[in-house]
Amino acid sequence: MKKSIANWGNYPVVESDEQFFSFTDQLNQLVKNNDEFIARGNGRCYGDASLAKKTISTLKYDNILSFDIQKGIFECQSGLTLDKILEVIVPKGWFLPVTPGTKFITVGGAVASDVHGKNHHIDGSFSNNIVDMDIALSSGEIISCSPVHNIDLFEATCGGMGLSGIITRVKFRLKKIETSFIKQKQVKAENLEEIISLFEKYNHYTYSVAWIDCLKKGENFGRSILILGEHATIDDLNEKQKKEPLQLPKKKQITFPFNLPSWVLNAFTVKAFNFLYYGKNFKKEINNVVSYEPFFYPLDAILHWNRGYGKNGFVQYQFVLPLEAKQGLIEILQRISDKGLGSFLAVLKVFGKQESIISFPKEGYTLALDFPVRKGLLEFLDELDKVVLQYGGRIYMSKDARMKPEILEGGYPELDKFKEIIKKYNPDGKIHSIQSDRLFLTSN
Amino acid sequence: MATVLVLGATSDMGIAIAKKFAENKYNIQLAARNPDQLKPAQSDIAIRYSVDCTLHAFDALNFSSHERFFNELVPKPDVTISVFGIMDDELTAFDDWNTTARMINTNFTGAVSILNIAAKYYMKEKKGTIVGISSVAGERGRESKLIYGSAKAAFSAYLAGLRNKLYKQNIHVVSVKPGFVYTRMTENLSLPKLLTAQPSEVADAVYNAVVKKKNIIYVKWFWRYIMLIIKNIPEFQFKKMNL
Repeated sequence: MKKSIANWGNYPVVESDEQFFSFTDQLNQLVKNNDEFIARGNGRCYGDASLAKKTISTLKYDNILSFDIQKGIFECQSGLTLDKILEVIVPKGWFLPVTPGTKFITVGGAVASDVHGKNHHIDGSFSNNIVDMDIALSSGEIISCSPVHNIDLFEATCGGMGLSGIITRVKFRLKKIETSFIKQKQVKAENLEEIISLFEKYNHYTYSVAWIDCLKKGENFGRSILILGEHATIDDLNEKQKKEPLQLPKKKQITFPFNLPSWVLNAFTVKAFNFLYYGKNFKKEINNVVSYEPFFYPLDAILHWNRGYGKNGFVQYQFVLPLEAKQGLIEILQRISDKGLGSFLAVLKVFGKQESIISFPKEGYTLALDFPVRKGLLEFLDELDKVVLQYGGRIYMSKDARMKPEILEGGYPELDKFKEIIKKYNPDGKIHSIQSDRLFLTSN
Repeated sequence: MATVLVLGATSDMGIAIAKKFAENKYNIQLAARNPDQLKPAQSDIAIRYSVDCTLHAFDALNFSSHERFFNELVPKPDVTISVFGIMDDELTAFDDWNTTARMINTNFTGAVSILNIAAKYYMKEKKGTIVGISSVAGERGRESKLIYGSAKAAFSAYLAGLRNKLYKQNIHVVSVKPGFVYTRMTENLSLPKLLTAQPSEVADAVYNAVVKKKNIIYVKWFWRYIMLIIKNIPEFQFKKMNL
């Protein structure tokens, strides 16, 4: 049935015929009956990667297929969301090997975006933990691939935005935990220099992320809070927590009820938000033990927080720059600060080394920022793109809704190889999205 | 631990009902024409809820196989839930007797055949629960649901009669009239959001009705009143309407 759909940024909004399947034979029929399509999960990529005239939703294809509690190996259909997986694995002493900042994404989406977490410098991205998986090609045939089998298909699927086919089944390794709590350390940094040296100082921590206030000027430019974490051991817990060390967090969710008018977010309100966020930490350093929920998924507590950006939606801009390109980071933050275009969130992380052909992560600093859609934004982001390329960086396709093809090409040296592989497995060109057409990855 | 049998488990409602009972620590028996399709659901239920889940081949239209099907269930279910049903295009059905017969035989005759067998077993045991998923379409005959509606009307009457017959034997019968539900059956219809339930809401209502021994449930409460109004329109008026 045709309806208006959008991903998490509410930009762009498109008319799409969204179709569902519960069984493999139904998927086979859908793939054969449609002359074009792109796979879609829970719609938590931000831009247009999973938007097209026809979409095949995996959301009803969400069964758990196996769970080896001894070895920590989990296998499921691709429409299962991470929140449901956590409910099953945490009480048994296991955790997701890699998790992004929301648990409301499907496993298929995690692979297609090759998501990363706060532990990329230690554990790599999601695809590093895949044992094997199945892909439905546009012919309807389902074939498996892994790091050692059908390697080209595997490489083009991890981070490939669904262009190699519909991911149907994924088997992946979990991480052993003793408790469901996180031993957290928060350190304040006065400016960008300090936060970068803090990242270096604490690079042995499994989890690290910094929230930057990018509207601060002068000597406080780049004021931020570094948040570090380790899975807590039993000894780290207080008496109450020790009673049930692997407990699931209590559900406390509120829903953002409607779209805020777009004028609400302006330089003043964002400054006020950042002031409060930064100001809540009085001390230079805070150490505590918290549930995994607020540590990994602080925004999941507010369902539909994206409505805070108004009905015009927002664009999330995420790029990575090589470690030595600190100057680029300063330049980009400087431009944003000068422009005053406003960003609720500015999240800085470090990536470790990663070999891949289309996955986003590569060694360096990655910064993610939100911009409400308004006049002049797209031109401004085009300018930022040039700075990113100039410093040897690249843009995350999962967040993208507006990048130009030459920017993608400049950032991903193996792009031609990627195009060849998706063509090899889908010679009929049935699989494409608005994004892939815009970026010339597929021909419309 | 109690066991629940779900007949028609490949449907969206069937699987949602099975999961709701599994969550409440019932062992699950999933029955469908093609049980192989349900292997992923079987592993899911067993892993997620730590209960037993078994698969059984069941063909609603093959009446003579029903006795054997029920006899072979081990253990016998404490709760039997009939979810299966089909809704074919009414214009096709009116033209083609085979389609009409299949709709009647699936929605009514097949359900009566298997539930009679379950009822006889429960009468012997002096306990048990039967749930039938009927439809608001069975509340009053109308053009757009000519055959489907009359088959469901017959099924609703059967369930009411069965409830009356089995009450004295400590056996409870629940009639479910879900109204609109987002399922494969209705995927291509544009349904009013307020009046349409998710399969999980039907599952919650069914579980609740079994535990609290409710007789007739509508899932979304206003359906009871919508149907009350529809049932009270005088026939001389009703026959002129496009419904």
